[in-house]
Amino acid sequence: MSTETPEEAPKLYAAREPVFPKRVKGKFRQLKWWLMIFTLGVYYITPWIRWNRGPDMPDQAVLIDMAGRRFYMFWIEIWPYEFYFVAGLLIMAGLGLFLFTSALGRVWCGYACPQTVWVDLFVQVERWIEGDRNARIRLLNAKWDARKWRLRLAKWTAWLLIAVSTGGAWVFYFADAPTLIVELFTGQAAFIAYAFIASLTATTFIFGGFMQEQICTYMCPWPRIQAAMMDEDTMTVSYRDWRGEPRAKLKDSMADPSLGDCIDCNACVAACPVGIDIREGQQLECITCALCIDACDDMMIKVGRPTGLIAYLTANDEPLERSGKPPRNMWKHLIRFRTIMYATLWGAVGVGLLVALFVRAEIEVSVAPIRNPNYIVMSDGTIRNDYDIRILNKHGEERQFRVTAETDEHNSNFVVELQGAEGVIVTAPADTTIIQRVYLFAELKNHAAYRERTEVHIWIEDLTSGDTAHVETVFNGKTP
Amino acid sequence: MARKPEKETKVVETTGHEWDGITELDNPMPRWWLWTFYLTIIWGIGYTIAYPAWPLLNGATPGLLGYSSRAEVAKDIAAVDAANAPLNDKIVSLDLATIAGDSEVGNYAISAGGAVFRTFCIQCHGSGAAGSAGYPNLRDDDWLWGGDIETIYTTISHGIRADEDEDTRLSEMPAFGDDYLSKVEIAQAAQFVLSLTGRATDATLVEGGAVVFEDNCSACHGSDGLGDKFVGAPNLADAIWLYGGDLETVTETITNSRGGVMPAWSAAGRLNEAQLRQVAVYVHELGGGE
Repeated sequence: MSTETPEEAPKLYAAREPVFPKRVKGKFRQLKWWLMIFTLGVYYITPWIRWNRGPDMPDQAVLIDMAGRRFYMFWIEIWPYEFYFVAGLLIMAGLGLFLFTSALGRVWCGYACPQTVWVDLFVQVERWIEGDRNARIRLLNAKWDARKWRLRLAKWTAWLLIAVSTGGAWVFYFADAPTLIVELFTGQAAFIAYAFIASLTATTFIFGGFMQEQICTYMCPWPRIQAAMMDEDTMTVSYRDWRGEPRAKLKDSMADPSLGDCIDCNACVAACPVGIDIREGQQLECITCALCIDACDDMMIKVGRPTGLIAYLTANDEPLERSGKPPRNMWKHLIRFRTIMYATLWGAVGVGLLVALFVRAEIEVSVAPIRNPNYIVMSDGTIRNDYDIRILNKHGEERQFRVTAETDEHNSNFVVELQGAEGVIVTAPADTTIIQRVYLFAELKNHAAYRERTEVHIWIEDLTSGDTAHVETVFNGKTP
Repeated sequence: MARKPEKETKVVETTGHEWDGITELDNPMPRWWLWTFYLTIIWGIGYTIAYPAWPLLNGATPGLLGYSSRAEVAKDIAAVDAANAPLNDKIVSLDLATIAGDSEVGNYAISAGGAVFRTFCIQCHGSGAAGSAGYPNLRDDDWLWGGDIETIYTTISHGIRADEDEDTRLSEMPAFGDDYLSKVEIAQAAQFVLSLTGRATDATLVEGGAVVFEDNCSACHGSDGLGDKFVGAPNLADAIWLYGGDLETVTETITNSRGGVMPAWSAAGRLNEAQLRQVAVYVHELGGGE
């Protein structure tokens, strides 16, 4: 090796700068606490809500039954072939994100993203155990003595408990929660349940405790895409530098009225969970959690200056405010072509899904003709064709269906027989797909017996509700 | 980032190769790469010791772990057999007619019987069980030896004209062309057989054929040609013809006789009792079972 290093080579990685968000008080912090309670509550409680669907049916309100291939959500039951409902919900979620991003910037990132919510929770736990910002900075630099070990282990244990319960709650969506929790603790649950808990515990523990804002800055693609949805009317967390600058210490700025309102107390920096200084302008790390607004407002009130030095602003208002004019009404920013368009699309998909949900058939039937052989000659010369019909009974009770066959062709009446059943009535148990072998006979007087192809409609009629459904198929006759 | 290739090329050794002034740098491999490479070599050697690897004249080195994909398959099959054992026991112990009525055992018997059928029966009867000339269609309602499930089971177990089973179904139609009947009598009989399904073309031959049929054929096929399942004599008055119902084929059949053979599937350990019963249920459920 004879390589010389003429100058220090640039590093491939920048080591993480530790972030110690300081506790703040204010309306946004309050809102975030409530949102945290709400979102975590929804996540943890939902699998435990019960919903009566009748006997032999799961009584869990939200259940993704992989083995049974059903998705239950309160009164809605999705079968695999109706998966477009889930696709539709995902499209709605996407459009909803577009709508909120164009109106309020990275509001999803700041308030509702699981990464943000769990990091917020983890940081709060850290504050309870290790103390607020300054105590945590001192602890970081302290030697690894007994106290540091004790605090660190306590924090990691608490984080790990949160992580386990996070991973644990996930699997309850996929099985009957009360049964599964007993199985989990008695070691009887399926391996996949433990595997999911283990991997989600690991990701929660590592992402929430150690990677924190790095997930948002380096790993998540969503912040990069968001820029495409934001424009000059998007409300986002900004610093009114025209009011704050030139910044100076309180003592100096009290003496000199030409100085700005910012007293350079660094409260906004201390509060920031991603470790940036909002006064440097819009930055890609900023998740618009608005905690700097709370921190600054709190300080401004203490020093008797107007709040709003850091606030939700739009780029369009900046020149207005700089020239001393009042900003435009907030609603004019929120309601504009782009947001109306997203809201309309969102609503259209939603209405479409609702319509699809209400008009979907309660019974479904499909047919698979058996073409090996194409037809069967019976001993009296009658021609028989065999079909497998598949009947979906979506009701929570057993239903009986009458099977009939008809054709538009003249002089072609079929005799219908069902395998293993007397007559033409087939019984489908609750919430089941059945496959029934159907025999159609074309007697010699039926032209279909010699015609190569005859279009046939096989009808099924729900004897309870009177609903009917039919399928088209073909009868093959015997041709020379 | 500004690039400074010139400065670097001067200090790194080259391989000595040069193409039109372009030289190939001989950069050392990264250490992690090198170690990974050594590790893969160690791993590779270890693998050939632990697992079957080196080819020998008869097979290969067995490997210390004793792994064999064939043994794995055998284990899987044994596991499936063990899992199905309770159902198979039930199939053997239950009355044949009640198997199909039991939804769990019945569905299993049909599926398992289908697998047996696709392995052993489709060579003659076809994958759709529709048969072909000389091999009966098992979906229709015409049965040479009977179509109820017990009879089907007996036919499958003991076969038809199967030398290896003394309980096999046995009957022999004479080759009437060998000294029994003259060509004229055969032609008469053939026309009479066609007349049973209203297809005769020569009324005078039919008249003579009635006598020939009564004297030579009715013992097995019955005076009215309806056949006799006890001896496997086909019904000659229906729409189904095993070898073909045209005049030429019927004449050929009378002249040279027919005698299809089916193996006895219970013999020589071909199928076990559960399999025999499964395939009987499967065939019975194909649509023609009585």
